[in-house]
Amino acid sequence: MSESLVTTVSAGWAVLAAIILGGLAFFAVALEAALSARAHGASGGWVAPVARTARLLRQRRRTTVAADTLLWRIGGAGLLVGAFAMVAVIPLGRWTLADLDVGVVWFNAVDVMVWALVWLAGWGANSTHSLVGGYRFLAHGLAYELPLMFALVAPAIAAGSLRVGEVAAAQEGLWFVVWMPVAFLVYLIGVTGFSVWGPFAPALSADIAGGVLSELSGVDRLVFLAGRYALLAAGAAFAVPLFLGGGAGPVLPGWAWSLVKTVAVLTVLVWLRRKLPMLRPDRFMEIGWMILLPAAVLQDLVVSLIVVGKG
Amino acid sequence: MLVTIVFWVLAVVAVAAGVAVFVVDSMARATYALALSFIAVGVQILLLQQSYLGVITILMMVMEMAVMAVYMVMFMGMNPALMPMDMTHGKKTAIGASSGVFGMLAAGALLIPWPERRGAPPEDLTHAIGLEIMGEKMLVMVVVGAVLVATIVSGVVLAAHRTRYDRFGDDLRRRPADDPQPGGVGR
Repeated sequence: MSESLVTTVSAGWAVLAAIILGGLAFFAVALEAALSARAHGASGGWVAPVARTARLLRQRRRTTVAADTLLWRIGGAGLLVGAFAMVAVIPLGRWTLADLDVGVVWFNAVDVMVWALVWLAGWGANSTHSLVGGYRFLAHGLAYELPLMFALVAPAIAAGSLRVGEVAAAQEGLWFVVWMPVAFLVYLIGVTGFSVWGPFAPALSADIAGGVLSELSGVDRLVFLAGRYALLAAGAAFAVPLFLGGGAGPVLPGWAWSLVKTVAVLTVLVWLRRKLPMLRPDRFMEIGWMILLPAAVLQDLVVSLIVVGKG
Repeated sequence: MLVTIVFWVLAVVAVAAGVAVFVVDSMARATYALALSFIAVGVQILLLQQSYLGVITILMMVMEMAVMAVYMVMFMGMNPALMPMDMTHGKKTAIGASSGVFGMLAAGALLIPWPERRGAPPEDLTHAIGLEIMGEKMLVMVVVGAVLVATIVSGVVLAAHRTRYDRFGDDLRRRPADDPQPGGVGR
């Protein structure tokens, strides 16, 4: 393999990565709250998440009869851990925490973990509504995961590498988003899917009393909700080296461009949430397997043909 | 040294989690104990510096266990899967068969004259695995893939008590299909 294109920094920098991820997640929550306030004709809203966090931190933990506490806590806290595990392979400009030779597969493995975690969070409470929520998420997962996997394949084929740094470097001159827009779109749908967010939130929706969230309270609820936004932020950040040219851009240094692009993707995702309806798991199965999956496979075929054609 | 410690910790975790599958009294715990056991094995593969195989093992096994959680409720009648239950049945046969297999595999691992390593590992292991699977053995893989899909489809067809005539009518022309439950694809 050729010389590594990104510099691996020491593990101590993980703290900075965690702070950046936390900041991005907070930005997403605050933006969501501000848009929500505006939609209701109120102003501000940017500080609402702080107030909500403070309230959840003070709230007493609710307990349920015969709860499977071990699995419940694993499911609740796991999303946040998973988001950090994703960020470990995302280069910030020139630097990365872990330059794995299979970084793209690593990201995919972590997003599959979310299946288990959300279901466990639904199972642990020993409550009907939360278990129904867990199964709703699995049904969504079956629908979005395969298209997402094939969408991740496209940039890897084009770059001829599963190393995230090399995928980013392969886009010099022409970003992958330009000639694989379908894969990019499917990828973004997958990101909202594994964040249990926006159109993919029926697992947590009000018609089943909050679903997976129904029995989560206090700090457990806070960690679960933070985990969702952290996953959304990590997904947006991973789109940058995968489709948007990594840290490439004029004037500003690479790390700044990585952050600017991440914030841009995150803003679009949060803004789109108000424009899209919730997707029923059984209906979305049809969209996922009859439209998105063939579209993503065709995209892979086109990318492969172009790569072969160029030699 | 560090690798040895990690190896033994993972080995103990893998075996202990495997035992836990049969000891715990909840379907969910048994399922995810099995997932933990597989994850430990996946990390063991990472120790062999087979990053792709290791990560993909973890990915597949976690996904499989999550899907198993769907099946366990779907196929277990009145949902005993949601209640505490014994994870073992047919104990004597099962214990006999599993100790026999374990003894055989362990004896094989200890007694076989392990070959010396010849040559060096290729620089890009993932690439080498890809060539190995997709190069000369492409035909085998293509056939195996088709056979696997056919097996899954025929298994589901045999398990489902409703046929296409129930769904589409005697002349197979009824659209949409008459299904007791919504969902599914291709309608």
